[in-house]
Amino acid sequence: MLRLPPFQLEEPKSLYAALVLLAEAKGQAMIIAGGTDLLPNLKHRLFEPKLLVSLARIEGFVGIELQEDGALVIGPMTPLAQVAASELVQERAPALAQAASLVAGPQLRTQGTLGGNVMLDTRCQWYNQTYFWRQSLGYCLKKDGTECHVVKGGQKCVAAASNDTAAPLMTLQASLCFERLNEKRELPIRDLWSSDGIWNKRCDQDELLTSIRIPAQEAGHRGAYGKLRTRESIDFPLLGIAARMTLADDGTVSDAELCGVALAARPSLVRGVSEALTGTRPGTDEFTSGLESAAQLAYKQLRPVDNVPGSAWYRREMVPVLAKRTLQAAARGDGPVHPL
Amino acid sequence: MRVLQLQVNGDTLETAAPVHWTLLEVLRYRLGLVGSKQGCDKGDCGACTVLLDGKPVLSCLTLAANAVGHEVTTIEGLAPKPETTSEPALDPIQRAFDDCGALQCGFCQPGMMLSARALLNTNAHPTRKEIQQALSGNLCRCTGYTQIVQAVETAVARVSGKTEPDCAWVAELARDRAQIDSAPNEASPSSTTPGPGAPS
Repeated sequence: MLRLPPFQLEEPKSLYAALVLLAEAKGQAMIIAGGTDLLPNLKHRLFEPKLLVSLARIEGFVGIELQEDGALVIGPMTPLAQVAASELVQERAPALAQAASLVAGPQLRTQGTLGGNVMLDTRCQWYNQTYFWRQSLGYCLKKDGTECHVVKGGQKCVAAASNDTAAPLMTLQASLCFERLNEKRELPIRDLWSSDGIWNKRCDQDELLTSIRIPAQEAGHRGAYGKLRTRESIDFPLLGIAARMTLADDGTVSDAELCGVALAARPSLVRGVSEALTGTRPGTDEFTSGLESAAQLAYKQLRPVDNVPGSAWYRREMVPVLAKRTLQAAARGDGPVHPL
Repeated sequence: MRVLQLQVNGDTLETAAPVHWTLLEVLRYRLGLVGSKQGCDKGDCGACTVLLDGKPVLSCLTLAANAVGHEVTTIEGLAPKPETTSEPALDPIQRAFDDCGALQCGFCQPGMMLSARALLNTNAHPTRKEIQQALSGNLCRCTGYTQIVQAVETAVARVSGKTEPDCAWVAELARDRAQIDSAPNEASPSSTTPGPGAPS
């Protein structure tokens, strides 16, 4: 039986009220969206905030809106199940819809939100454990200790960004709107991440994510998401790959991109994928050889460490396999790459 | 401590609980509704699944305060309330789980049946794959998934008047049930001789 530590709870009904509460708490509060990651972490005593500010009752935080310029604006409290089922998202950002459809299991997708998934805490098999378990081991670098059990002698936390939706949002060049009392800023998601597993985001913990904007994609946009996990439901990714591909009018690839997640503290874009595939036509030998090159680039650049369950060796060997399959799925216009 | 007014199984129930209590804790330890099971307590097993406004959620990861204003359905409220008969009414899913032997220890059943009900509420004719996907957040450690999926298919077939899936053990169980129902009630407590140690 895992009990939550005592805390105060506020359920503001407006964005302004939430910003005031966060400002008054002076860093002593935590934001709770769907709660599917925060509550287990609280039960494991990874955080013990005095106050939780729930976003559940804030008006206007749920919804998917198509803007005049073709951009999609998604409210941070939009449930992952709603993102996955949205025809707008399926049509305009297929990789995001696929990634959202593979987060955890059905109940967690009903509760979990897109904003919460973007702001997910990093995960590590030495960190996401009960207090008793962590105490027995002498704790770790990320919480209460000084030693990293993943990289012996390591001074930098390598807990993994395990948010499935981060990878497609990177390839879609999404931007995030953060607000604080009397302060508002837009941040490209590609600039959000840092390589520090303790807090892998370049924003303060009391900044509130208020919207996620996905710019209009080029005509001929294709996207897919591939996920590797132990069971075909519930589990966090052992590896996640998002692919974006643009096909020109003549059917050849005009641009392509890959992003890997669940490897290190930040999602990683693979360099050189567009060069490997541009000008090739899906279904031809040139395309197949371009896929091989892209997969090898991913293999060289994406190097998992033993931070999440599953051996790093297996996860690394699966990088080119999943990269190739996900690019193929994007070219065909289907996906996700996942058995169930 | 906070006073909570919850809509549970069609009733308005008022109770007081600390604000850091989950919906599962309030259901089990304040309202006495122990049908929702406390398994892993961290979102892995699905044994605590309840419906919130008809959608499946994990009550171990839902703050009770967040459930105020929403309609909660637990396993105790799945069966329709009996109106004209004293016989206990069952939801077609419950009847099918019984008929198909879709349980062993029974711990995962409340969550399984509520996930199945949430599916059938939005999709009256799911495919086997859709059933498997809808139940993929509920773990059964007795490994009874085959019968469980078959039970949902049986419930779907019965409600829509279609042919039930071909299932040998369903027929066998139905025969056993008919035999038990038609046999004279010799085993009733009034007609048996009390054994040693029985209360007099």
